[in-house]
Amino acid sequence: MPKKYHLNPKPVPPRRVPPGPFGIIEGDGCLNCANCVKKFCVYSVYRKRGYDQQQMFDTADSLCKNCFRCVQGCYGRILSKSRNPEFWTMGDDYWTPEIIATNQTQAETGKIPVSGGGYGGPFAGPGFDSMWTDMSEIVRPTRDGIHGREYISTTVELGRILQTMIHPAGPGAAQLSPILSEMTFPPRVEASIPLIFDLLPFRAFNSAVRLALAKAAFEANTLMIIRVEDLTDEFLPFATHLVPFLPGGTLEGSIPAIRRARMVQVSFSESVMETVREVKKINPGAVVCLRLPLTPRTEEEVESLARAGAEVLHILADEKGREQNATSPRFIKDLIRQIHLRLVRESLRDGLSLIFGGGIALAEHVAKAILCGADAVSIERPLLFALECRLCKPCADGITCPVEVENIDPEWGRQRVVNMMAAWHGQLLEVLGAMGLRDVRRLRGEAGRAIFLEEIEKETFGSIFGQPVQEGKPQEESIHVLSS
Amino acid sequence: MSFPPEIRRMPSRFRNPLGKYKIHRGSACLHCGLCADVCPRGVHRRLGKKMLLPKDEWCIGPSCQENEYYCISRCPQGALRMAVNPNLQALTDYRWPADLLLSTWQQAETGKIPYADLEYRVGHSGGGFDRLRLRLPERRTNFFYQEGEISTAIPLNRRGDERPQVGVGVPFYGGGMSFGSVSINTMLARAKASKAWDTFTCTGEGGYPEPLQRYDDHMITQVATGLFGVREETIQRVRVVEFKYAQGAKPGLGGHLLGDKVTPAVARMREAVAGSALFSPFPFHSVYSVEDHKKHVDWIKEVNPHCLVSVKVSTPTDVDMVAVGSYYAGAHVIHLDGSYGGTGAAPDIAKKNIAMPIEYAIPKVHRFLLEEGIRDQMTFIASGGIRTAYDIAKAIALGADGVVVGTADLVALECIRCRNCESGRGCPRGIATTDPEISNLLDVEWGAQRIINLYASWRDQLVTILQLLGMKSIRELVGRTDCLVHLDYHRGELESDDIKPLLTGGNDDPHRAWHPEQDDAMRLAANR
Repeated sequence: MPKKYHLNPKPVPPRRVPPGPFGIIEGDGCLNCANCVKKFCVYSVYRKRGYDQQQMFDTADSLCKNCFRCVQGCYGRILSKSRNPEFWTMGDDYWTPEIIATNQTQAETGKIPVSGGGYGGPFAGPGFDSMWTDMSEIVRPTRDGIHGREYISTTVELGRILQTMIHPAGPGAAQLSPILSEMTFPPRVEASIPLIFDLLPFRAFNSAVRLALAKAAFEANTLMIIRVEDLTDEFLPFATHLVPFLPGGTLEGSIPAIRRARMVQVSFSESVMETVREVKKINPGAVVCLRLPLTPRTEEEVESLARAGAEVLHILADEKGREQNATSPRFIKDLIRQIHLRLVRESLRDGLSLIFGGGIALAEHVAKAILCGADAVSIERPLLFALECRLCKPCADGITCPVEVENIDPEWGRQRVVNMMAAWHGQLLEVLGAMGLRDVRRLRGEAGRAIFLEEIEKETFGSIFGQPVQEGKPQEESIHVLSS
Repeated sequence: MSFPPEIRRMPSRFRNPLGKYKIHRGSACLHCGLCADVCPRGVHRRLGKKMLLPKDEWCIGPSCQENEYYCISRCPQGALRMAVNPNLQALTDYRWPADLLLSTWQQAETGKIPYADLEYRVGHSGGGFDRLRLRLPERRTNFFYQEGEISTAIPLNRRGDERPQVGVGVPFYGGGMSFGSVSINTMLARAKASKAWDTFTCTGEGGYPEPLQRYDDHMITQVATGLFGVREETIQRVRVVEFKYAQGAKPGLGGHLLGDKVTPAVARMREAVAGSALFSPFPFHSVYSVEDHKKHVDWIKEVNPHCLVSVKVSTPTDVDMVAVGSYYAGAHVIHLDGSYGGTGAAPDIAKKNIAMPIEYAIPKVHRFLLEEGIRDQMTFIASGGIRTAYDIAKAIALGADGVVVGTADLVALECIRCRNCESGRGCPRGIATTDPEISNLLDVEWGAQRIINLYASWRDQLVTILQLLGMKSIRELVGRTDCLVHLDYHRGELESDDIKPLLTGGNDDPHRAWHPEQDDAMRLAANR
């Protein structure tokens, strides 16, 4: 039994007021009755009102809880509420303003988001929103894992597992691949949370940002992928939790980094297993993780890599979780399932670990990706959200960041990221607890404990209403939430 | 009290009720009062020589253009302008779009179907009930059954055991909301309305406050995993006892009442400490098998020999097996709470992702109970996202006997779905709060009448649906999936005439009340 895993979240206020979804608009003709201040607002928003000169931001908007008491009580009928465009224009169709905002709140509080009222979102949606996770009702193994009465482990081990034990002198030993014959037990790396930090998108962020993330990865006992050239001396204390990403070509300059690391990452190429052998020569104790894009050819590649003795594959969809280089890209969750099942069919699945990345935006995506067959997932953008990034993206073109993501104290950044990890970990426990599972490794590929939209539609409505109009997919309907 | 109860108009508690449209009166207004004279809705009012602020919550919007009394074109000064209320942008979600909130408020105020061009039947969630439509025949003028002949009652005890024949007058009852999650006034308003409609409401898990004893015959008391406030005498008081295994909003996670809401009164009721958060564990620590479950049911039956037992569970993949297990454990009612149900506080991840929506669970369980040959002996109740009379009819047509409602009751009390029920002093609108000061915002009489009115409107709609289908009782609708179409499946049929009027949903709806008398009454009320 591993040591009980616990993160220490601590409230860390943001450096700037985050935009709220709605704003209060005040028309002309205030009667100065002050009812909104004195009487109506149970949250004392008006009393706490201030104005941020630098950001041109009214705190009444950011503190407002949208209860409409002041709007409905105003004697002059001059108050109204409206959408705050600054909030609603954040992100894009996949990385929605809600996703950015909830991750920022989690980084601030370290708590899992809790609210009253039922779920107000769409019935189902594309991608990860087309599946639900199971719960167990009466017959279940755990006794209340969430409130700590029984421990739920989120630890994963990444690396190769030997499927059979062969005596070095016994029959069959000759057929062993050269890598395996050199060692009795392949090395494995443990992460206390099935969530690793990937290379950041958009630009080469400065060392303050990387240091904040490295410290957080160390504290959360997980791994962070980092370019070899970025591994300066200040990162040495956290080297055990850093995965150097090796450049192509000669390994000459990377030897010290390889020697220090428990895991290294190299890009996939036709001759990648050659590189793996070279790395193993430098450090036999290092797990080598291969980085490859998720394309229509990945399934084949994964199978042959598994047969060739690959230990860990890090497979990356695009930033919206879509297959790369495909004419009609499929979504990552479906491909995880497909790749996982292929390896299961070929009796290769337990031989290696699969990490998937691309489009992992919320804690629920971690659970769902693992349910579909991943061992762990990688994240990038949510790490930036923790550091207050609003995904405006001009930084990719070299324009100065408006929220100054790079201008941080690494300690502040570390705690924000740890907070977010604590919140995601807590949410993962909620999902595992509801299913009655005590170990995240039991969740992997447990598709029988998931409810997939297409399948449940077919099983219930399909048997009542026949064939759907569009096979598999519910019809798109433009949502007209009062746009007129 | 007579059945059905009387409808009395109950306007908004707030100074500025919200409407779909906003009327702006410009400075060119001469206060001539013509608009007040022509508008039959009472939007414009004149006091002495001055025009008052418009009651634009009664404005029917651009669809009024055809009328000769359309104020915008009648105004001699051209001083009036109309626009969609900008507030609605901040007041909407996919399940309860602004239209559904506004129409539910109007039904709670008038007891009638809303007369403006408000959608009052479906939301915009893009699946489930929102993509299902009732397949109603062309409207007829002469129905086979008259309104008075139609029954909306359902029995709750179908086991044929020696226990009482308890039933409800309408195919819905109130879901569990504990003292602590909502105020005592909210509980009393719901209880009073339940009594008026000969149905039930539920105490939830948080004790049985004294004032509710007047409504014992219309209360369900809950035995949930924390056993908060459960005593022998509370179980003996009621006609139906509900076991809550799980709740749709947080399936598999137990209950949670945040510390701020645990006031001294709440703490006393729950035998807990004021100010500290209360968790109900999950699951029942005495139940790990169907045999344990039966022992539990037997225990309640022993404590109260005259009560029925309802089992409330959520919707996992094996929900059908759970339902059958409950039958064999001796339950009278199996109550499934789908994953999009309401709550006073739940992790967002659970509300969105755990367990299946009720729309799938209903046909699945109905079919399984039929195959097992025990469907006739179980009362099957569905909940978790039932917002309108049409949702009720659809749930029943999919296979449930009746439904449980929760959020809709609160919307009748002017809940705005801001989802801050869990934080601080609780609901700023006096519904889901335990703060004595804020609780007083809600008057019990007002609240009870609002819920009575909403139920009246729902029952009217259900009766008309049954009339259109040529059915005499709501029980005939159970499992009649042939009365449903799904927009994602029957594209061809959508073009046919028999369901067209319902899809367009305009003012030609069969239930919409456009009686001049009603308008006059409303105008008088508005001018009071």
